[in-house]
Amino acid sequence: MYKSSILKSKIFRGLQIFCVFLTLTAFLSPAFGQDKPTQEVEKGVEKKFEPSEVILEHIADSHYFHLGGEASFPLPVILYTNKGLEVFSSSQLEHGHTDYAGKYYTYRLVNDKVNVVGPANSLTESASVFKGSPVVDLSITRNVVSMFMSIIVLLIIFIAVASAYKKREGKAPKGLQSFMEPIIIFVRDDIARPNIGYKYQRFMPLLLTVFFFIWINNLIGLVPFFPGGSNLTGNIAVTLVLSVITLLMVNLNGNKHYWKHIFIPADVPVWIWPLWWVIELVGIISRPFALMIRLFANITAGHIIVLSLISLIFVFKSLYIAPVSVAFVVFMDVLELLVAALQAFIFTLLTALFIGTAIEEAHH
Amino acid sequence: MNPLVTPEIGLIFWTTVSFAVLFFLLAKFAWKPIMSAIDERERSIEDSLLKAEAAKEEMSRLTSENEALLKQARAERDVILHEAKKVKDQIISEAKEAAHTEGARMIELARVEINNQKAIAMADVKNQVASLSLEIAEKVLKQQLADQNKQDELVSQLLKEVKL
Repeated sequence: MYKSSILKSKIFRGLQIFCVFLTLTAFLSPAFGQDKPTQEVEKGVEKKFEPSEVILEHIADSHYFHLGGEASFPLPVILYTNKGLEVFSSSQLEHGHTDYAGKYYTYRLVNDKVNVVGPANSLTESASVFKGSPVVDLSITRNVVSMFMSIIVLLIIFIAVASAYKKREGKAPKGLQSFMEPIIIFVRDDIARPNIGYKYQRFMPLLLTVFFFIWINNLIGLVPFFPGGSNLTGNIAVTLVLSVITLLMVNLNGNKHYWKHIFIPADVPVWIWPLWWVIELVGIISRPFALMIRLFANITAGHIIVLSLISLIFVFKSLYIAPVSVAFVVFMDVLELLVAALQAFIFTLLTALFIGTAIEEAHH
Repeated sequence: MNPLVTPEIGLIFWTTVSFAVLFFLLAKFAWKPIMSAIDERERSIEDSLLKAEAAKEEMSRLTSENEALLKQARAERDVILHEAKKVKDQIISEAKEAAHTEGARMIELARVEINNQKAIAMADVKNQVASLSLEIAEKVLKQQLADQNKQDELVSQLLKEVKL
């Protein structure tokens, strides 16, 4: 008891130190590096620090991956236009300072979005919104790079763990394997089995993938510099895809009982059925929709709070506020570590729950 | 619309592709072996536990059996001992009784013998005393008493000769 509490406090201390480290390095993070050159460009006229701009810039996606300070490396821009595919480096666009004449159109970066420069130099709508725009932006953006890295990390970790299982067959787990096994068993025994029932095994791969994908990307999002610095799970497109996967998994696996409950509800007068169908449809859509918003909002909110606290230093233009900011940021980072795991857990749990209701056997 | 809540086609595309690839790779190369290994191990642990439980039961059954045997043996021993004691007591008491009767019989015999002997002896003594007295009286009468002293001497001499 005594020993374990010491252990816990040591781990906690380690966590705190790590978070302080994270926070200190946050000063190097892209958002602040970005601020400097614009100030210099203004020829001595000090530009007012706009925290919301800085924060949104961090939260949103980008065609550049900032390493820290002013250093950033360009990422490939891939445009699917109505005339064909365009691939070029985002260094050609120079953060929006120059236009790039591609094979089919001329492109310009506005607010980190690729736009087509029309004949009369008028910008069309942002490429990715589709409003009459002839191009679809499929660029490898910062979030995509971050996601690729997370996927590589996940593959390395779990293929190593799997090989450890093969090598140490029938033996007690060891090393990374013994770290991952309780989490895998947690997903199985506390998420899948109680919510899905005895058919849980079929859904384990999906639940495990979703859980670890969200968790690792939440954690990567907490790292403020190069390998992290992205806001992947706080991006609505990513949470949209994840929740659509849940939607599909739930409804494609729905059994006769599930669909009967939706289309031929017992104990409901026939003339109400159309209304019932509408309500059920809303229910089907709203559940994954809530998943999407929950993950997006939680992660984005965490990033916004941390960045706002750091921004305080620049808003007050005082170093004396720094310790206060840092203290709060440390607190927030620790909280975010919890939220990272918690949101992965909640997303997986609710997915399991929805699947469970869809494959539930009729019991009345 | 706020760019924050506008899903971008590019990211949707890449997320879908990446997640699908990740899912298939992990499902094939990670989750399948991991889950089966965990299940396998859990099954073997369960089996071992069940076996241990069975062994324990068997053990306790054997122990109780042994105990019963021991108890039975002890009871048997007690019975045997008890019986032996009873036999011993019986033998002793029988022997005692026999000795007693024999002793009494012998004493009785001895007594009868003694009485017989005594009667014989008494008869003998009576005869001798009678003959002696007759002899003394005869001798006294034979030697007419001349002298008182001689008479006394004679009597005492005769008396000395008497051997009862």
